[in-house]
Amino acid sequence: MIPAPAFLSNPERFMAFSRWAAPMFGLLAAVLALAGLWLGFTAPEDYQQGDTVRIMFIHVPAAYMSMFVYACLAGASFLSLIFRHALADAAARAAAPLGAAFTFLALVTGSLWGRPMWGTWWEWDARMTSVLILFLLYVSYMALRASLDDETKAARAAAILALVGIVNLPVVKFSVDWWNSLHQGASVFRADGPAMPPIFLWPLGLMALAYTAAFGSLWLVGIRAEVWRRRAEAAALRAARS
Amino acid sequence: MLDFDAGKYAAFVWPAYAITGVVFAGMIWATLARARRWRRRAEKDGQ
Repeated sequence: MIPAPAFLSNPERFMAFSRWAAPMFGLLAAVLALAGLWLGFTAPEDYQQGDTVRIMFIHVPAAYMSMFVYACLAGASFLSLIFRHALADAAARAAAPLGAAFTFLALVTGSLWGRPMWGTWWEWDARMTSVLILFLLYVSYMALRASLDDETKAARAAAILALVGIVNLPVVKFSVDWWNSLHQGASVFRADGPAMPPIFLWPLGLMALAYTAAFGSLWLVGIRAEVWRRRAEAAALRAARS
Repeated sequence: MLDFDAGKYAAFVWPAYAITGVVFAGMIWATLARARRWRRRAEKDGQ
């Protein structure tokens, strides 16, 4: 069995840890976002993109989070499916709506950036289509969980869907390299270093960290809600039987 | 200094930030409201 961190393997320890970690991550997210926005709105216009470059500071972190959260969802689903770990299932369930929200933001802010730069709101190219599929995977995951009354079956079916859907992640990431795309290629994580000046890279990095910390905070709160839900439903069941 | 003048691109920049703000507010509200609701239920039913 894969040794899980102590706080993940025991709901009591997780609840004690997340009680202080969730607000700490939230505070960190707020500070990082303020710093990122400050640097983002003091940076000069881009010589080609003009002021639309400021959309990058909210679009790229949302796009990165759409994939990162799905990786978390798939990882938690794997642990839930193989080890039947209740907290892992709670983690998967709590991640899905957050991932859907980040993916929605990536699609909408990307569209608002694409219209003035590419002359179109939407193009059925590989990057945009694969991100839309990612969004539909999140929605399908939530719909599947909601559609089955048997929670154990719903969790198992949704976990399988999440694991099948992980094949879409490399397609999202490498679509701009594998196919001709209207979307630009990687500009941060490249073998020969970032392709943008530090004056844009700093606010982008801070905003990416802010989004990550915000997700960390909301994910922990979401898992806590799921633990409470299960406790409440177990207590209601006990009361009904007695 | 802070430059909030998005010029001819204001119609694209500000809606992007506004939608991001609304979605974040929604995520925070929905997550906290769900946690509060189930915490109350768990505390009430557990007694």
